[in-house]
Amino acid sequence: MHKGFLTIYWRDMLRFVRFRTLLFTSLIQPALWLAFFGIAMSNNFERLTATLPVIPGVRTVGYLTFIGAGVMAMTTLFTSLFGGTVLLFDKNWGLMRETLSSPLPRIHIIVGIGLSAMTKSLIQAAVIMGFGLLLGVHFFEGYTATQILISLFGIMLFIGAFSLGFLFLSAAIAITMESPEGMQAVVTLLTMPFFFTSNALYPANSFPPVLRALSAINPLTHLVSGIRYFAIGSDFSSIGIRYTYTQGEAITSFVALLAFAAVMFLIARWRFTKVTVT
Amino acid sequence: MAQVSHKGFTEAKNLFITEDSIFLREKVNGVLVLEDNIIEVNDLEYSFGEIKAVDNINFVVRRGEIFSFLGPNGAGKSTVINILTTLLPMQKGKVIIADHDLRTEPEKVRESIGIVFQELTLDRDMTVRETLEYHGRLYSMPKAQRQARVNELLNLVELEAKRNVLTRYLSGGMKRRLEIARGLMTRPKVLFMDEPTIGLDPQTRIRIWDYVRDINREGTTIFLTTHYMDEADQLSDYISIIDHGQIIATGKPWELKNALGQDVIYLETSDNQGASDILKKLETVRGVRDKSKGIIVMVNVDGTYLLPEIMDKLRNGGIKIRAVNLKKPSMDDVFVHYTGRELRDTGTEKAVVVKPGRR
Ligand SMILES: Nc1ncnc2c1ncn2[C@@H]1O[C@H](COP(=O)(O)OP(=O)(O)OP(=O)(O)O)[C@@H](O)[C@H]1O
Ligand SMILES: [Mg+2]
Repeated sequence: MHKGFLTIYWRDMLRFVRFRTLLFTSLIQPALWLAFFGIAMSNNFERLTATLPVIPGVRTVGYLTFIGAGVMAMTTLFTSLFGGTVLLFDKNWGLMRETLSSPLPRIHIIVGIGLSAMTKSLIQAAVIMGFGLLLGVHFFEGYTATQILISLFGIMLFIGAFSLGFLFLSAAIAITMESPEGMQAVVTLLTMPFFFTSNALYPANSFPPVLRALSAINPLTHLVSGIRYFAIGSDFSSIGIRYTYTQGEAITSFVALLAFAAVMFLIARWRFTKVTVT
Repeated sequence: MAQVSHKGFTEAKNLFITEDSIFLREKVNGVLVLEDNIIEVNDLEYSFGEIKAVDNINFVVRRGEIFSFLGPNGAGKSTVINILTTLLPMQKGKVIIADHDLRTEPEKVRESIGIVFQELTLDRDMTVRETLEYHGRLYSMPKAQRQARVNELLNLVELEAKRNVLTRYLSGGMKRRLEIARGLMTRPKVLFMDEPTIGLDPQTRIRIWDYVRDINREGTTIFLTTHYMDEADQLSDYISIIDHGQIIATGKPWELKNALGQDVIYLETSDNQGASDILKKLETVRGVRDKSKGIIVMVNVDGTYLLPEIMDKLRNGGIKIRAVNLKKPSMDDVFVHYTGRELRDTGTEKAVVVKPGRR
């Protein structure tokens, strides 16, 4: 097999490692979300829900734990959706001419960039999770070491599949757009519906039907549910609402994420066959 | 001639090409024929929407030669290079490069070529070594070969000292040299160079010319574009003059110059029109062309001996001569001769600045 995508991966990671400020700045925003929004809101919710009866036999988790998964997912969404920007810059600064005039099949560019964005997302998610645990997010409570390892692996799979899908989407946009400003606008516009129709920060159960339907097909919802399934458990309650999430549902979510990634890959590939750089 | 003949000898077919084969460059029954062509371009056309950037271009490049496109800004040089290097799709025509059809086997063509682009295309966030390394990897070069080649090339372009420096910290000339090294990384059969010395100081230009000759001597065919007359003149085995998307003339530098006659005489007189009329009647005069203040007389014989006669003729005709200059035809003259306008009108003499590093 042609290992060209590793070349693309290598180059992108090289730049990532070299410019650590990029990594740090990309971590600051989610950290702030957790630290300010998370802690402030959890105090409010705790006060509001203190009077509600505890559902018997079900573990209750705090709001901070609830949105811990949401913030991880949200960060992955942002990082992945903006991850393709590098292709736009490569294109505009002529750097991509070298790659496009080489014998490397174009599909390798997509795969290579996809893998490097996935790596970055995983690193980021791990750091945010660590930060969350320090702040008082109660993940993996009562888990054995083996269960924690399995859970971590599951979370990685979910984040990996999700970030690939959105990176492919981002790559397709980047290769189609002319200017970084345009890309910025489109991506910002895109993040909104994904973000607000998901269950990242608040429960989706209380949405009106239309929003609930949107939420159900939203990949971000599937990612958040997946992370909660592995990090908190299949049956828990938070801010007075009970969440159950079976193994079957988790598998369905994962398959949905894979399907989303596959479709986005096809779109990116189609956009790449159209690109001419001069 | 001697200096040309060693190039005519090709490993591939043990075919010896003599100077006489020049005529084969012409179309025979509408088809370009010559066995050892590494590039064959037939009826190439390209339009950006309404703008016809390349208009029915035909040419061949033989294995081992340096072939130049000489033309002003916007002539279509880069567009031709972009098509030949597969960056722009083929719209009309047929192109064979290193025995592969550009339309049906673009990947094979990509494997056979190297490119030095007109604009800088270096990643500012990579070091000199990584830039070459990346390129080698793109072409699936084995590791050992990659490393050996990097060392060899850094040596050639005198950048060993900058090996681990980010390209953003290189000077413009160093960047250009690095790009040339990159183009050579994979030992391409054909190296395309789009205005390789644009914006460089005279010393650096001469050094780059030396590299180009070295590379060529090692067997790489070079296709370069330029709007510098001296560059085309100094480097090329063949030159095609291109303007408005069309090839206007093709030949060896001396052939092109000979077409203008043996010498060129510049005259400023009290009556340029009258002088022109008188001189046009002379058999030894090949042509007369107007300049802003004077006239250019192209002559078929040694101008040193013809000049006194010309001056006598004009004086007898009552025309006063204010200034005289005699010289061999230059590429500038050739260009004006074929295009009817001066290259420098289109900004050649202005300092052309290489785009500063981006990002
Ligand atoms: N991407 C493009 N879109 C539209 N028109 C273009 C594009 N690229 C080039 N052209 C047009 O095609 C013509 C030929 O341009 P080209 O870049 O090939 O010229 P050139 O000979 O390389 O000039 P220069 O010496 O300035 O580099 C010009 O009229 C130019 O405006
Ligand atoms: Mg050009």
